Amino acid sequence: MTGTAAAPPSVPAVRVPRRRGTEVALIVVAVLLSVYGYCDVGLAKNGTVPPGAAGYGAGLGVLALLAHLAVRFRAPYADPLLLPIAVLLNGLGLVLIYRLDLETPGDEAAPTQLVWSTVGVALFIGVVVLLRDHRVLQRYAYICVVTALVLMIVPIFFPAVNGARIWIRIGGFSIQPGEFAKILLAIFFASYLSANRNALAYTGRTVWKLTKLQLPTGRVLGPIVAIWLLSVGVLVLERDLGTSLLFFGLFVILLYVATGRTGWIAVGLVLAGVGAYTVGSLEPHVHSRVEDWLHPFASIDAGEGPNQLAQSLFAFAAGGMLGTGLGLGHSILIGFAAKSDFILATAGEELGLAGLTAIFLLYALLVERGYRAGLALRDAFGRLLAVGLASIVALQVFVIAGGVSGLIPLTGMAMPFLAQGGSSVVTNWIIVALLIRLSDSARGQPVGPPKEDA
Amino acid sequence: MTRYIRHAAAFCALLLIALLVNATRVQVVQSGHFDDNPANRRQAIARFGQPRGDIMVEGRAVTGSQDTGEQLRYERTYKNGPLYAPVTGYASQVYGTTFLENAEDDILSGTDPMLAPLPLWNDISRAQNPGGKVRTTIRAAAQQAAYAGLGGKKGAVAAIEPSTGKILALVSTPSYDPERLSGTSGSVARSWAALNASADKPMLNRAIRQTYPPGSTFKVVTAAAALDAGTVTDLDAATKSPSPYTLPGTSTQLTNEVDGCTNATLRYAFEWSCNTVFAKLGADTGLGDMLGTARNFGFNDSGLKIPSSVAASNFDTAMDDAQLALSSIGQYDTRATPLQMAMVSAAVANGGQVESPHLVDETTTDDGDVVENTGNHSLHQAMNPATAMQLRELMTGVVEEGTGSNAAIPDVTVGGKTGTAQHGIDNSGTPYAWFISWAQKSGEAQPSVAVAVVVEDAAADRGDISGGGSAAPIAKAVMEAVLDGP
Repeated sequence: MTGTAAAPPSVPAVRVPRRRGTEVALIVVAVLLSVYGYCDVGLAKNGTVPPGAAGYGAGLGVLALLAHLAVRFRAPYADPLLLPIAVLLNGLGLVLIYRLDLETPGDEAAPTQLVWSTVGVALFIGVVVLLRDHRVLQRYAYICVVTALVLMIVPIFFPAVNGARIWIRIGGFSIQPGEFAKILLAIFFASYLSANRNALAYTGRTVWKLTKLQLPTGRVLGPIVAIWLLSVGVLVLERDLGTSLLFFGLFVILLYVATGRTGWIAVGLVLAGVGAYTVGSLEPHVHSRVEDWLHPFASIDAGEGPNQLAQSLFAFAAGGMLGTGLGLGHSILIGFAAKSDFILATAGEELGLAGLTAIFLLYALLVERGYRAGLALRDAFGRLLAVGLASIVALQVFVIAGGVSGLIPLTGMAMPFLAQGGSSVVTNWIIVALLIRLSDSARGQPVGPPKEDA
Repeated sequence: MTRYIRHAAAFCALLLIALLVNATRVQVVQSGHFDDNPANRRQAIARFGQPRGDIMVEGRAVTGSQDTGEQLRYERTYKNGPLYAPVTGYASQVYGTTFLENAEDDILSGTDPMLAPLPLWNDISRAQNPGGKVRTTIRAAAQQAAYAGLGGKKGAVAAIEPSTGKILALVSTPSYDPERLSGTSGSVARSWAALNASADKPMLNRAIRQTYPPGSTFKVVTAAAALDAGTVTDLDAATKSPSPYTLPGTSTQLTNEVDGCTNATLRYAFEWSCNTVFAKLGADTGLGDMLGTARNFGFNDSGLKIPSSVAASNFDTAMDDAQLALSSIGQYDTRATPLQMAMVSAAVANGGQVESPHLVDETTTDDGDVVENTGNHSLHQAMNPATAMQLRELMTGVVEEGTGSNAAIPDVTVGGKTGTAQHGIDNSGTPYAWFISWAQKSGEAQPSVAVAVVVEDAAADRGDISGGGSAAPIAKAVMEAVLDGP
């Protein structure tokens, strides 16, 4: 149904189905599932339906409906799966946070998260309504990159929280500007690479003829490498490893997609390997993370009790195939980051491998729909932006889910939509808004032969 | 560009597969390994997440559960904790469980699969059974009488129903309140440290976990062996026993506390506890017969469980004649738990048959459906029934005419044996006062209670310590409590 780009170049154009009805139906399912989860938690913990169930359902429903109306009137051809998936993940995240709030009576995070979700949906609507054509963004590429760098540098002047200098605290609010920088940097990368991709792909010196490894001229490659190095450098300073890993992955993927040069991947992996090894062995903060990953039970053997990663693994294991049921697990044992970085452990324990797989598949579907929009778009900028945004979601999920489940060393990062964190939830709503805009352009464009293809 | 986008998408799919494979590894393949990690609190949380089943005495719970609302939610409480501590043991969040709390933990905590309504039901429903109940054989009045009788003194009492092996009383003093070890607060750790540091060892269950030299009460075993082996055939015939008696192969002379032991009859020697007569009797009977009889009474058995394990009582298997002579009067290396000596007395009362002692009548589900019924079963025939009849006569004589007169109960046939056990280097320690006995109501077919009492009365003058003086009144009180009961 989204294969318009691959359709034969037959004229007259067929009317593309808009599928807004499908979207509404799926949104209703998503809201009902969330309300069901909310009631389930209350029944399991207290034996009663939580008093706020109706209000919570109504709130989430109204937000989803407003978002839907914005899509219906301003992006009628958009992919009907994107919004329901975002609503479901956000609803499920609120359920999980509410569920953990019950274990920490003095420290409630769900109401704040609901406020941030509202802000996120408002910005979603704002983006869908105000941004009529994604190509406009290309014009602001340099403003984006400057803003991104400023946003990333500012937290250096604020005190570190739990070892990372990535927050700005003003009054009672704290925001994580690095989250927003993701989008801005993706826009810049997409813009720069789409403008210079021919130069990157076809010019430059051959380094070693046998491998056909050709380095582009420094004039073309220089600025973007500089931006990338700068951002990663800042993040290392701030000890925000997850985000630096994310930017690295984003950069390599977009460079590969833009130029089609496998050599970039090889260079990227070598650089990543050297960088990771150097940082991993020299930086004590990172080194301890790697040690924890290799030996999650070392602290138990040393008589200091389980660390967060061990507790997270215990939680996943306790879930088994089908989970303990919402509200019946003990993932709160993980401690202070249970609602944020480790939220997936609660999902793993209480929903089991079955529920976890469903959540992963929701993310996979979101990413796949992003890629599909990228494939269907005609302009290089749009294609790269769609791939970049979808890749951000994919990499985020992989880095944090792999970290808390012991697949890769742990790096602090928020699970998109699920985890507690205002900046994160707002950013992800904007990402979905941009994907909506891109898929609307992809599916709504006049049917005809693609103008260009690589 | 399309091709490369597809490649990137494939890369993302690869990441997804890696996540799913890893999640399967953690949640399914290795989950058991993680679940069983001792640092994983989930098992403890589940264990204490529901009230623990109760331990019952005569249909009334002597334990309880308190909802603390904490992570390890339910704490154990005890009614009359110090009185029943040797029976119940403790169930602590921090320090584990002992005695019945330990032996019946599966029932009490609800993990025993037999508690489930259907086999494998819980594996499917993920439900947890409510804790089951453990009904003990203890008689509250006998337990009270024993505890009150011991008072502030160090000692222990074990009482058995001879025909069934049901344990009617099991007391150890000084005791402690197991409730002090329930929960996770700092006071629990302080109680634990204080109880362990105490010189009185309040957590030691002297009735089943401590062995003492049985002293003269062991003469019941020696007499049984001698009568069974035919070393003596007539209770009233003079024995060829010098006084003092020189231990075979040595120059050590054994003396008596009482007069008239030279060539005394077995009856006189038993009633007045002549050491010389019984030392020679044991040596004459020989190691083989002595050891065989001791074993049949339950000595040297390290596998006895009631269901808590009972310390093995000891009768050496390789001794020269001098050592055997001393062992025959309950000295040298001979050691016995109070429960073992109650079994000796019960064997006499039960026609020579030793019934397996047990503390649990039956276990039930929370609703009262029987899970397991502890049937009676015999351990050994300790002696011939005819020998048992003769020993009953001898033991009755001790109470009616001899050293055990303090245990006499009007209108009740009471048999007993006193003991004063020397111990320590060169017998320097304050002797242990022993009394073992049984009682039969007139008109009843057989004795209904057998008791063993030991008192470590460190405060008393050495001369005042005797089984008849310190221990017999306690045994009498316990027997009366049982006889007066239902």
